[in-house]
Amino acid sequence: MSSEIYKPGSYPNLPPPPGTVGVYGWIKNNLFSSISNSTLTIISVVLIYYLIDGIIGWFFFDAVFDANSKIECRKINDGACWAVITRRVGQFVYGFYPEVERWRIDISFLTMFIAFAPLLYPDLPKRKWLLWFSGIYPFFAFILINGGYFGLTKIEYSLFGGFMLTVIIGVTGIVCSLPIGIFLALGRQSKLTVVRTLSVCFIEFMRGVPLITLLFVASSMLNYFMPPGTNFSILVRVIIMFTFFSAAYIAEVIRGGIQAIPKGQYEAADALGMNYWQTTRFITLPQALKISIPGIMNTFIGLYKDTTLVVVIGLLDPLGIGRAALADTKWNGLSTETYLFVALFFFVSCFAMSRYSLWLENKLNTDHK
Amino acid sequence: MTFLYNIWHNEKSREIIIQIFVLLCIGWFLSWLISNVDANFKALGKDISFEFLFIPAGYDINQYLIDYNNRDSHLRAGIVGLLNTGLVAVFGIILATILGVTLGIIRLSKNWLASRIAYWYIEFTRNVPILLHILLWHGIIINTLPHSKNAINIADISFLSNRGFYIPKPLTENGIELVYLLLVIGIIFSVLFFKHAKKKQDLTGLQLPVFWINLSVIISLPVIGFFVSGLPISLEIPVLKGFNFKGGMHMSPELAALTFALGIYTAAFIAEIVRAGILAVDKGQREAAESIGLKPSKVMKLVILPQARRVIIPPLTSQYLNLTKNSSLAIAIGYMDLVATLGGISLNQTGREMETMVIVMLIYLSVSLSISAFMNWYNNKVKLVGR
Repeated sequence: MSSEIYKPGSYPNLPPPPGTVGVYGWIKNNLFSSISNSTLTIISVVLIYYLIDGIIGWFFFDAVFDANSKIECRKINDGACWAVITRRVGQFVYGFYPEVERWRIDISFLTMFIAFAPLLYPDLPKRKWLLWFSGIYPFFAFILINGGYFGLTKIEYSLFGGFMLTVIIGVTGIVCSLPIGIFLALGRQSKLTVVRTLSVCFIEFMRGVPLITLLFVASSMLNYFMPPGTNFSILVRVIIMFTFFSAAYIAEVIRGGIQAIPKGQYEAADALGMNYWQTTRFITLPQALKISIPGIMNTFIGLYKDTTLVVVIGLLDPLGIGRAALADTKWNGLSTETYLFVALFFFVSCFAMSRYSLWLENKLNTDHK
Repeated sequence: MTFLYNIWHNEKSREIIIQIFVLLCIGWFLSWLISNVDANFKALGKDISFEFLFIPAGYDINQYLIDYNNRDSHLRAGIVGLLNTGLVAVFGIILATILGVTLGIIRLSKNWLASRIAYWYIEFTRNVPILLHILLWHGIIINTLPHSKNAINIADISFLSNRGFYIPKPLTENGIELVYLLLVIGIIFSVLFFKHAKKKQDLTGLQLPVFWINLSVIISLPVIGFFVSGLPISLEIPVLKGFNFKGGMHMSPELAALTFALGIYTAAFIAEIVRAGILAVDKGQREAAESIGLKPSKVMKLVILPQARRVIIPPLTSQYLNLTKNSSLAIAIGYMDLVATLGGISLNQTGREMETMVIVMLIYLSVSLSISAFMNWYNNKVKLVGR
């Protein structure tokens, strides 16, 4: 034992004890800190090994990417038969939209990102100008996709399909349901009995029944409620139902946000002489919406995922296209490949949305914890 | 003018005016809808009546919990469907809870690798639509499991094939009453013993091994009765006859796919709820519990979980409700639940869209409203009282 004497403040910096820092230390602390922990690590490693061994081979190395039928696939190799996808990739993306007109979808899809950018990223340079574009984008996209004006051929709704249909229903539903949801939430918190009762009834009804029954209503019954002779497209009816359905959920999320605002905020607003709409616009909503971001994003993701249900009433979303492909005797039995491909698409888009929500939450977080 | 001005600028009277206006708008809108329905129905020569419920349904249902054949009424078909919805919901909820709680705890584990695996499992599962899960599982069972002839054989009594899962069915014989009686006695004993142990702990601080004693009593009493009364339970083992198995208990591929899909999908959400609930318990609570010398298992059981429960239960119930509502997607793979029977085939056969959909919606609505009411009651009961 050394017994040197150091002057106050001159004690030399010693290295940390061995085995607590660096790669070795990290492994020891996080993976092998106790017997049970080590067992868990070993089980996990074995699990990962089997997953990689079985799945990666099936996915890539033993997979067949081009063939004329399932039987041909099986002759070449015994992994996944992705030919069912590669042969129909156009249908999976565009449905039955005419091939020569597909550039219209591409342009509307790419410009969608420009239109959404200023809404999603508040710090964007030249945001004001881009916002103008966001304002006209819905009309622009509608004319471009639907056609009928400026010499563009009119395309029937029944030809819409694939991922394009998912994005159309999902994005329209998301954009329309937020304002309706906000009004429903305000209505539910209203002092006016009539307004409150109506909002509660609407919200509880929409939340209480499965979406699929609402879609059945849209497909088979909605025309009964319209004046005789009206006949509007099934796509529009479905979008209306999706909008109402997710508006009810968003209303509940925002109500939670409104209720979390301290009472003092309202008292302060009253003291400043603000009226109801001023209080709502400047005090209630900015705070309530900020708290509810994770919930709102979850509802959006839910709506986006639920668009797959349209397959049940016969619209050709990616699942519908996939099922049509599987009904073909050539590809019969390749359900795993088809559904995994569609699942991958949904995973990528939904995961991106949830990451964005996390980013926004952190950015707007003004707590000084 | 000043009179009108005063009415509009008086808070009370303005509220009344706005409400009357809203009521008038809604009333007009509803009457417009009803008159449209009336006109449309007249044009089509239809009416609204619920008599179709009592005429024979005329279609078969491959899975039923109560006796059913195609001469029974639409009403009975609907009830069979409702019971099937309940069946898959119960199976799904059990699977989702077990899997979800396990995943939630693994997600919080100090082991980095295990926690990451749970994280990616959760992300992959919940970012893929439930309908895809259902179709994927159904496809896997139908396409990759062998035919009945080469069914996967588990100890010669259970079989896995693309026609579903077959397991032995317990048949009761004379003398089973003794087993039931002993089971009831065992349960009564364990309740009394639990109370006794609690009293003793309150008085002396001594803890008895309640759990192990009760468990062994509840299990051993009926087992003794089983042997004493001469083995009154026999197993009906499924056997291959022709193209399919006969006898035993059968779980159809549809029911299995639906259970797996709903269970696995909902488990991802439950895992996040459990994790958030445990994290919501103040760190000081755990530190305090550890500092008074409680074992880690006791810290969890006596301090963390009772407090986490308050946070976990409300969202957990709404997940159960979601699972039940999602089970209506059964129609995509042909499992005969409420929507597929009453809202599907009955609707198509009778052409009564309005009536069948109203019944189906009202049933779902009443289930979810009663569960919400129960939740509100529960929330009020466990709410922290203070401040």
